[in-house]
Amino acid sequence: MTEHWQRTGAELAGLIASGEVTSVEVTQSVLDRLAAVEGQVRSYLTVTSEVALAKAAEIDAAIKSGQELGPLAGVPLALKDIICTKGIRTTAASKILESYVPPYSATVAERLDAAGTPMVGKTNLDEFAMGSSTENSAYQTTGNPWDLSKVPGGSSGGSAAAVASGQAILSLGTDTGGSIRQPAALCGVVGLKPTYGLVSRFGLIAFASSLDQAGPITRDVRDAALVLQTIAGPDPRDSTSLPGPVPDYIAALDKGVKGMKIGVVAEISDIGVSGPVKSRFQEALRILEKLGAEIGEVSLPTFGMGIDIYYLIAPAEASSNLARYEGVRFGLRVDGQDVESMNRATRAAGFGAEVKRRIMLGTYALSSGYYDAYYLKAQKARTLIARDFQRAYEDFDLLISPGAPTTAFALGEKVQDPLTMYLSDICNVPSSLAGAAAMSVPGGLSDEDGLPVGIQFMSPPMGETTMLSAAYAFEQELGFSAKPPIWNQL
Amino acid sequence: MNDGLFTTIGLEVHVELKTNTKMFCGCPVGFGGEPNTRTCPVCLGHPGTLPTPNEKAIEYTTKIAMALGCDVAPHSMFHRKNYFYPDMPKNYQISQYDLPIGERGSLDVESDGAIYKIGITRVHLEEDTGKSLHMGGGGRIHDADYSLEDFNRAGTPLVEIVSEPDITTADIARGYATELRAILEYLNVSDVKMEEGSMRVDANISVAPAGQLGVKVEIKNMNSLRSLARALEYEVARQNEVIARGGKVVQSTRHWDERAGKTHELRTKEEAFDYRYFPEPDLVPIQPSVEWLRQLRDELPELPADRRKRLIGLGLSVYDAQVLTSSKGLGELFDAGLSAAKAADAKQVANWVANDLAGLLASRTDGAAISAVNLAELVDLVAGGTISKSQGQQLLSKMLGTGRSAKELADEGGIRQISDTAELEEAIDAVIAQNQDVAHRIAAGDSKPLGFLMGQVMKATKGRGNPKMVTDLLSKKLGER
Repeated sequence: MTEHWQRTGAELAGLIASGEVTSVEVTQSVLDRLAAVEGQVRSYLTVTSEVALAKAAEIDAAIKSGQELGPLAGVPLALKDIICTKGIRTTAASKILESYVPPYSATVAERLDAAGTPMVGKTNLDEFAMGSSTENSAYQTTGNPWDLSKVPGGSSGGSAAAVASGQAILSLGTDTGGSIRQPAALCGVVGLKPTYGLVSRFGLIAFASSLDQAGPITRDVRDAALVLQTIAGPDPRDSTSLPGPVPDYIAALDKGVKGMKIGVVAEISDIGVSGPVKSRFQEALRILEKLGAEIGEVSLPTFGMGIDIYYLIAPAEASSNLARYEGVRFGLRVDGQDVESMNRATRAAGFGAEVKRRIMLGTYALSSGYYDAYYLKAQKARTLIARDFQRAYEDFDLLISPGAPTTAFALGEKVQDPLTMYLSDICNVPSSLAGAAAMSVPGGLSDEDGLPVGIQFMSPPMGETTMLSAAYAFEQELGFSAKPPIWNQL
Repeated sequence: MNDGLFTTIGLEVHVELKTNTKMFCGCPVGFGGEPNTRTCPVCLGHPGTLPTPNEKAIEYTTKIAMALGCDVAPHSMFHRKNYFYPDMPKNYQISQYDLPIGERGSLDVESDGAIYKIGITRVHLEEDTGKSLHMGGGGRIHDADYSLEDFNRAGTPLVEIVSEPDITTADIARGYATELRAILEYLNVSDVKMEEGSMRVDANISVAPAGQLGVKVEIKNMNSLRSLARALEYEVARQNEVIARGGKVVQSTRHWDERAGKTHELRTKEEAFDYRYFPEPDLVPIQPSVEWLRQLRDELPELPADRRKRLIGLGLSVYDAQVLTSSKGLGELFDAGLSAAKAADAKQVANWVANDLAGLLASRTDGAAISAVNLAELVDLVAGGTISKSQGQQLLSKMLGTGRSAKELADEGGIRQISDTAELEEAIDAVIAQNQDVAHRIAAGDSKPLGFLMGQVMKATKGRGNPKMVTDLLSKKLGER
């Protein structure tokens, strides 16, 4: 007997639309599941049962009155707690925003709300999206549902863990340097980072403005396509959002990969991909070949430079974006003798170690005398990465790599070693720097530790349709249906 | 001034644009009002908010650049200027750095009979900060108990116009600021009210022997054109004195105290602050199309320098041309009045507007106005002799703010000038008859009592005699005796 919370969004949407189940029943099922395992997984910072059930009731009433609603109507949703929700506490997992209640909602939140998705809560993350394990959250660590002693990845670890454990059906994460894809890979779920500018950043608490993107973390590729369809599109409130129109992502799902040229990034053999991950990756290539894709290899010489470039550009932008948190207008205030002391005391108390580290790094990279050598040079190198991708896409429709170099590592294992932690994004960062789209899809489990391995598809900018076709075909053929042990713990 | 010491002044002018809404959000732009009532999450810098640029502000800035003879950048960018201050919600200001909208312009300034070409380094666009109110002390930060922040102004579009350090006297500085203010008024892009802060002037001034670089001192808080001149004169004298004493001028920022008539040191500038400028990643570059630029150029109004030339070409005195240029309102009234006038010429209309009207308006605070048509009619009536100049002046003060025509008021008050020869001769004959002895004396060569007889004729005609005709006829009649 399948519980509601065990179904995909598309399945539930169909059942709700046809009247077989109500959104309230579904939402309650998710809320119950959430509560049942939250003590073990700790995915959520804020649970919004009343808001969710009220919305669900609204949807049920609309359906009953004969209204035709969208393809996600009534399906519960979780939002990473870096996405502003009007009237609902949004913390970015930081002490400095512990009591912050946004006076407005992010565009992505508004679009999903307009689509009729009841929001069940705000999920955990690395503080200000800075991290790869969700251990940098100022509030709690989230466990990986496949092995609770392991990390769920980061920074969108809460969303990924919630989807993997059944505590959420649909969710949004944000991705700056891999923060959707890497946790999706580690938790055995689907995570998609759209082309930069496809999805509005208005209302996303900013980390690195030229890299941040919101995107779906879901059970399967179809759900990801449905969410993307809802949130994508130009937003006059975001000057960097791309003009429309938005393609039909659902129609793209069934297109298949026959004749598609897929390039393996040659440099992944140099970047510390583990044996077990490589095994699943090779199998993925065979599956795609079987489906009619042409697999080749392509070199992107600057691929391995991604982390170095990223860790100059992202902290630089972050050091500026986080300057607004100083106790004057909102959030934490620690009093001082004068304004400067107040600022210092507030930020010292409110920011965690990794955030402070990156603010210092970023300020240094922008400072007089160092700007040219660090920030400017990194931006120039970034164009080289973009050019490598561009050249690769002249011969290939998509590029492919593992979603993460290893399976989930243990809680506490890397958190004391920032540089090692940074390297867990090595497969994801280059496509972020190039502004292109990328998604991680479950590729099976590791032979060594039984933990999920992710396969990352990368497309040229605005190539989500191609990417979704390949991901869907692969997912359907692989038929990965394993669930974490906690799934059957009811 | 010491022999051999030269003054170098550069002016930085900040202009608040009078767009409907702020630079990066939809909040209304305005002055005054309850604190923090013209704000939104964007201009308050709330987490997750993003700026969206005000196209009108970019248009106005581009027009300012064009009016100042600048090269308009085909590709211009916004940069973040990073520093912490509580009146800046994001603790960075979205401004422009090395790719401003306009560069390399100039402005001609007249001073003491000579024309000085002052270079304009750049014209750029940024957002204004909020306002701090320091409470509990003397209103300044150093003795305040606490401070309040009003963000109504935060995010107002602000244009910064930087001059080359080409200005050498306080008078030229004042002339520069005055001419710049007139240009901005003509472009209709700002209220340019220094007393409200919609135009702010800061100066950098140094004094040194020829060929040497002096120590730059920044002067702030000059809240009127007069203050600007006074403050610079004071500072030139102060720096000269320091050097004469054998001391060294300290590189610093000084605050002009209008009441005390002095500058006080605010803070020393040991080194330039590091603003860590980098391109604003939330905004795309400004890349105006050739057509758009052409359209803007076509929309530029006649600018003050051109108006001045044109008015002098019409025969106006330099003084009148200046008055009718420095006030956009008076200048427009002159043009409209001249085209509506049927008999009066340019000089006559100019005289009425630049002298009589300007004088009356200066003493009124009620913003009273007069229409061009009514003005033209009045000037025509005087030019044609129907009423006298002094009668006209009386009518003018009655016309202001009422919308009534000169003819209407003249008829109502029975005001007209007697220009009929027969009528005047009758009055003159009567006066002469009554003042035979005086008439004899004048006939004998004593011209002094002529004024007395004039007065008598004017009295007899109840002040309505055409003065020139009376004079001529009286003289003729007296001469005939």
